[in-house]
Amino acid sequence: MTLQTTPEKLDPLMIAEGWMAEGRDVAIATVVETWGSAPRPAGSHLVIDEAGNFEGSVSGGCVEGAVIAEAMDVIKQGQPRMLEFGIADETAWQVGLSCGGRIKVYVERLG
Amino acid sequence: MDPYCLKKLNQERRARRAALLLTDLGDGRDRVIKEGDPVAGPLGIAINQAFLSGGSTVAEIDGRSFFLNVHLPPPRLVVIGAVHISQALASMAKIAGYDMEIIDPRTAFATPERFPDVSLFAEWPQDILQTRPLDPYTAVAAVTHDPKIDDLPLERAVNAGCFYVGALGSRKTHAKRVDRLKSLGLSDEQIGSIHSPIGLDIGAASPAEIAVAIMGEVIKAFRARGLRTALQLEKTA
Repeated sequence: MTLQTTPEKLDPLMIAEGWMAEGRDVAIATVVETWGSAPRPAGSHLVIDEAGNFEGSVSGGCVEGAVIAEAMDVIKQGQPRMLEFGIADETAWQVGLSCGGRIKVYVERLG
Repeated sequence: MDPYCLKKLNQERRARRAALLLTDLGDGRDRVIKEGDPVAGPLGIAINQAFLSGGSTVAEIDGRSFFLNVHLPPPRLVVIGAVHISQALASMAKIAGYDMEIIDPRTAFATPERFPDVSLFAEWPQDILQTRPLDPYTAVAAVTHDPKIDDLPLERAVNAGCFYVGALGSRKTHAKRVDRLKSLGLSDEQIGSIHSPIGLDIGAASPAEIAVAIMGEVIKAFRARGLRTALQLEKTA
């Protein structure tokens, strides 16, 4: 749900439209499902361009790095993909959510 | 995402209209659905529920997985009257995440010194509302006590389907207001939807306390919005 009074300059979807108009290649990542305590609700966006510039968030900064890397690949390949993040498992060197929740993030190319 | 969908979605959001981006998670195809657009079957029911609750969700329909991303306009609070209560309300609305604006043609009241951090219009409501129209995601609180200033925006707010309309004044004052609003063409049911005396009944006495009571009542009305719309849909079904 988008209820926050976000100024347009901070709104990921408005930014994505602006980047598109500038001719940049753009990917949009969206939180589609959350379980347990998740930092950002379903519907939250992170937008990424081909150079790795990004705006918005899908977590509290815990998994953004991994999403950006995947997004740059999605921009090249064109196929959307679903990412899933759970509790951080330090021994396995996985990226995760320290808050104990689990989220699914859908990453797609714009156009 | 289809670039056309992104443009269309942003266009709806800029115009403060509720819209939903429907994505088929299987093939990635998407489309924009506006509130009230007819969609048949179980998907249509899921879409209506998403608009009512304001919650984005995944829906499994006929073995396909859809993501419903709802975009509701941010709630706005328009206050008629640059009075003491409005000063307290301005900071509270900000904390609660509401965009607030104040309209008062009395330039002695509507000064930037008294209202440093809020959109302030020292003009008649009818002039401002022409360029900044009211909508269902807007709350209106009329607090001037002056019928010349309050009455017209109250009538406009009720007709625009504002999720909250409140008017300051005693029961006696309100009884007179009811007569005037009737002569402006409002029905008994429409007038009955106006909150007056304004604010939750918390025994508020000072201007700041009254502002708390108003803010609480606005939030309550906004959170009950889905419920109210559902009841209206049931009635018309």
